[in-house]
Amino acid sequence: MDNRVKLKVGNVNFFYGSLKALHDVSVNIRECFVTALIGPSGCGKSTFLRSMNRMNDLIPTARLEGRIELDGEDIYASGMDVIQLRRRVGMIFQRSNPFPMSIYQNVAYGPRVNGLAKRRADLDVIVEKTLRSAALWDEVKDRLSKSAMSLSGGQQQRLCIARALAVEPEVLLMDEPASALDPIATAKIEELIYDLKKTYTIVIVTHNMQQAARVSDETGFFLNGRLVEFAGTKKLFTAPAQRETEDYITGRFG
Amino acid sequence: MPDRQHTSKHYEQQLRLLKDKLLLMSHQAEQMISDAMRALGERKPSVADEVISRDDTVDQLEVEIDTLCYEILALEQPVASDLRFLATALKIVRDLERIGDTAVNIAERARELIREPELKKLVALPIMAEAAQRILKESLDAFVNSDADLAEKVIKEDKDVDDLYEQIFRELLTYMIEDTRNISRALKLIFIAKHLERVGDHSANIAEMVVFMVRGQDIRHGTHIDRG
Repeated sequence: MDNRVKLKVGNVNFFYGSLKALHDVSVNIRECFVTALIGPSGCGKSTFLRSMNRMNDLIPTARLEGRIELDGEDIYASGMDVIQLRRRVGMIFQRSNPFPMSIYQNVAYGPRVNGLAKRRADLDVIVEKTLRSAALWDEVKDRLSKSAMSLSGGQQQRLCIARALAVEPEVLLMDEPASALDPIATAKIEELIYDLKKTYTIVIVTHNMQQAARVSDETGFFLNGRLVEFAGTKKLFTAPAQRETEDYITGRFG
Repeated sequence: MPDRQHTSKHYEQQLRLLKDKLLLMSHQAEQMISDAMRALGERKPSVADEVISRDDTVDQLEVEIDTLCYEILALEQPVASDLRFLATALKIVRDLERIGDTAVNIAERARELIREPELKKLVALPIMAEAAQRILKESLDAFVNSDADLAEKVIKEDKDVDDLYEQIFRELLTYMIEDTRNISRALKLIFIAKHLERVGDHSANIAEMVVFMVRGQDIRHGTHIDRG
């Protein structure tokens, strides 16, 4: 049950200017596991998620102390190629944000700019394979040249997952990937997550605790910037070790 | 069920209602055992009849509690200590219902025994009844107060009830060997002892669930499965 450690987070403190958003967070994210991060709004879970592919670099006042390793390599080291890091550690956002171009172009964009495909035929193969992985191929194969904007919300989100998968990442970070979707589209995303973890390491932030319970192998509970508890999901939802976790997941919070 | 209140008042009320119904049902079951033994001891058929008639109330409570549990599971999706409380409720309701049935069986045997002369002065049987009722009460107290230590004590004490059963069985066997005319009455007394022994087992089941409810640790069948 103990997969290899993919991301090793050691004593991470995170600041937005003088505001400390994460306090001494240490955790191992295991390969081909789904790791869920839960906690109330403002607890630091999204900040933590974004620190794993350095999305927070874009915020001028943001500062991180501590160490995050991807396969043993410090991702905050000075020589780290951030573009390359974000290719290996992809991200899916709450609001699906397809490019205003065709379905095909949305998926093909990444592989093309990353030089993963030289010829059109190679690109076709990648696009089909990726759309299949994202469980979208059957729904869009006859209208690949149509605008991505013509897809439903759930389809757009799966297209964004496909777009992330097209550059062959190793880790997928998902920030509330299903919170704007109806229950059926949500179920499709969850089913997709279940399939994807055979190949990818997934970290998902969600406000929906039942979703965390359904999709994840391990769960971390954040409160006020601290990782209060990190445990197997079955354990955490049947017999959590910490009183604060218990209060939060049973709804005795605040 | 932790003492701290839920943010959702409705959910809180549902859990309280469930607990209240369980308390009512356990009180009924406990009282039925006590009255069934009193019917035998005091040789009062009317008390035995009254125990038998009360079984419907316990059965009714079983159905109500099950329904309430399913509603809470479906609508509130409880987790952690709430989930363990619900699981405990669903399991101990079976034990309580069986204890009610057991009381009816004792009352029926008592009613038959009262019609005949006393086989012997009952000595060990009241001691056993007292022991069985004590651990039943303790298991229910452990449930009400979420007291895992008391629950563990119950599990150990169940052994004493089993030992008393063995003793009574052997004693009544000698009566049957001595005189075949004793067989019918001695057998009925053995049945009653066996029923009391089952009350002890149900109490131990309840106690095991209480340990699970409080600590999240499954201690049934001598296993210590620490989840995770």
